[in-house]
Amino acid sequence: MRVLVVWCPDWSVVAGLAEAGKPPRTPAAVLSANIVEVSNGPARAEGVRRGHRRRDAQARCPDLELLTANADRDTRAFEPVLATVEDLRPGVAALRPGLLAVRAPGSWFGTEANAAATVCQALVESGVWDVRLGVADDLFTAEHAARTAEVQGWEIVAPGGSAAFLRSLPVHVLEGEGAQGREVVSLLQRLGLTTLGDLAALPGDAVEHRLGRYGASVWRRARGEDPALFAARTPPPELDVEVAFEPPLESVEAITFSVRTTAERFCDQLARHQLVATGVRVEAYSEGGLCSARTWLHPRHFAPRDLVDRVHWQLQGAGSVSGASSGLRSRKDSGAVRAPIDRVRFVPEVVEPAAAHGEALWGGGSDDLVERGVARVQGMVGFDAVRRPVLQGGRSPSARQALVPWGERAVDLRPIDRPWPGRVPGPPPVRVFAAPPAAEVVDEGGRPVAVTERGVVTCEPRRFRVDGGVLPWQPVSAWAGPWPVDESWWAGGAGRSARFQVVGADGRAWLLLCAPGGWTLEAGYD
Amino acid sequence: MESRPAREEVPTLPGLVDLVPLHAGATYGVDSASLALAMVAGASQAGEWVGFAGCPDFGAEAAADLGVELSRTVLVPDPGEHWLEVTAALVDVLRVVVLRPPATVDARAAGILDSRLRTRSAVLVVWGEWPRVEARVSVEESRWTGPVDGGGRLVSRQATVVVRRGARPAQRADLAWPGVHRASPLLPVADQRHGALG
Repeated sequence: MRVLVVWCPDWSVVAGLAEAGKPPRTPAAVLSANIVEVSNGPARAEGVRRGHRRRDAQARCPDLELLTANADRDTRAFEPVLATVEDLRPGVAALRPGLLAVRAPGSWFGTEANAAATVCQALVESGVWDVRLGVADDLFTAEHAARTAEVQGWEIVAPGGSAAFLRSLPVHVLEGEGAQGREVVSLLQRLGLTTLGDLAALPGDAVEHRLGRYGASVWRRARGEDPALFAARTPPPELDVEVAFEPPLESVEAITFSVRTTAERFCDQLARHQLVATGVRVEAYSEGGLCSARTWLHPRHFAPRDLVDRVHWQLQGAGSVSGASSGLRSRKDSGAVRAPIDRVRFVPEVVEPAAAHGEALWGGGSDDLVERGVARVQGMVGFDAVRRPVLQGGRSPSARQALVPWGERAVDLRPIDRPWPGRVPGPPPVRVFAAPPAAEVVDEGGRPVAVTERGVVTCEPRRFRVDGGVLPWQPVSAWAGPWPVDESWWAGGAGRSARFQVVGADGRAWLLLCAPGGWTLEAGYD
Repeated sequence: MESRPAREEVPTLPGLVDLVPLHAGATYGVDSASLALAMVAGASQAGEWVGFAGCPDFGAEAAADLGVELSRTVLVPDPGEHWLEVTAALVDVLRVVVLRPPATVDARAAGILDSRLRTRSAVLVVWGEWPRVEARVSVEESRWTGPVDGGGRLVSRQATVVVRRGARPAQRADLAWPGVHRASPLLPVADQRHGALG
């Protein structure tokens, strides 16, 4: 069996730059834990190598684009490449992001060189600029053939020529196989073995004794006897569902009514694959152009009714000029969309196995009723006026909670199980002000109380008041603090501030923040 | 939701259960956020859904500490001018709803909401003014322990709470936070300011 390998070098950098919207020739590197993992050609030209620390890399190349390592992003970006090759030749195996293998197309393209040229052209046309191909008898040889090829070029190892091809390769090509590979390379070099040919010439049992099982597999591969096969993937099923309206519809009510059966079809189709969608992108087209697209995340999974609601909210939000203003929307307001919609499309963005979301045999009915009732409230006051409280990590009381729109999943929450040094101890406040009102705290002589850079209180708080008619001037009956914090100083944060617990004359306690901009009332303990 | 008898008891925190037992279909008045949380915590612990309308300053951590299950909590922080309709819609599906009315309400509108409460067997807790309430709970005196001249921190709180029920004499009890529990037995039924009975 002949194998064709397609290699896109530095794929995580390519994928990262594409996602950041930067041109592909920008010097860039992917960092993990402040160590360069992958750098691209322009960055290597400036001397940035794998294993460099972030500041060393930046010293060598000041305009280096720093990207974070993200395996999901790499895999996602590689999907179109797989699909492009799949169009030409089914049975593609993704070895890792940036590297794929397929059984070499045979006589259909004439010669293997023609086949490689066709695949290469298709990939370059799809926007993958740096692509190299290799064809050989086995996977290992084909991969290294691809690695020796030029940009947009190919290297073909004739049948039976694997051993001859591999013989001249230096041993450090094994470094690409991770820590295990690097260890073996270092050992081989110290033993004076510089090429794979030197290794292949040794007796097999001696290699296995000295280098273990991995070494033995390298030895077999270096002799061109790589038995590794690859499992071709099954192309993912097409799960998008769309509905076209003829003539185009102009009112949200009519559209939501018409998408109902489509939403049911969408969920049925997923259910046939034993899947459920937890994230769906809803796209609405008008006159062939995309007029509204939005990704909705569901805390559990989407039922047809939820999808219909999302379509309603999305088109309503896009249609009304005032947007999600408070108050009940008038019928006239909610009915109009900006342009007649001729197509609505559901794209599942996150699907999960249905088994993970199974419903209990009994119960769940009451929750269903609540969902419906809350959806009615959302219809009255707008979808993001109804919230669900969640806890998260943070130092101030308002940072320790988040109010997530009902029906959306909470994303980007700070972990709650960290210690969060500097947070105020004691019972959590029952009132947390989203927009903290300004306050004043003074000592006996009426001078404002402040906190020095060392966290020392300049004078003792005696009286305080809060603006906006919340609290008039009143004496302090007890106080505790300060709890100084200096958050995000590395990114130009708010600056040094300190929190105080203050008990007023009426016995109610408050949490006051002394920031560079003055005092504010953050929370109340009652 | 299955129909329930109107006077059915709604789960209440142990510290409040003999002071203000909640009854389905009734409206209760409170004057502070901590009392409002304490009123809903019992029902939420027992698996009921609760909601807060017009409370943009909801303290999620304090609620969770008191036993309110946040995954069964619905917030409408700013219901706008149609807060009555929103409250009525919440009452339809939730067991206990806390409302902070942004404006005064007339007896007629309150009556409509009352009948909705009775048919749905829900409880309304109003933080603010309301024409007719089953009982009004207010904090008479509150004492925090912990802070001493800058040192220490807020540790615990004891509050004297007065419950007034229409024409009946007021009741008074001491409650202690954190975790609402009783610090003293229920005081004699008479309001002490008007002199004890007999």
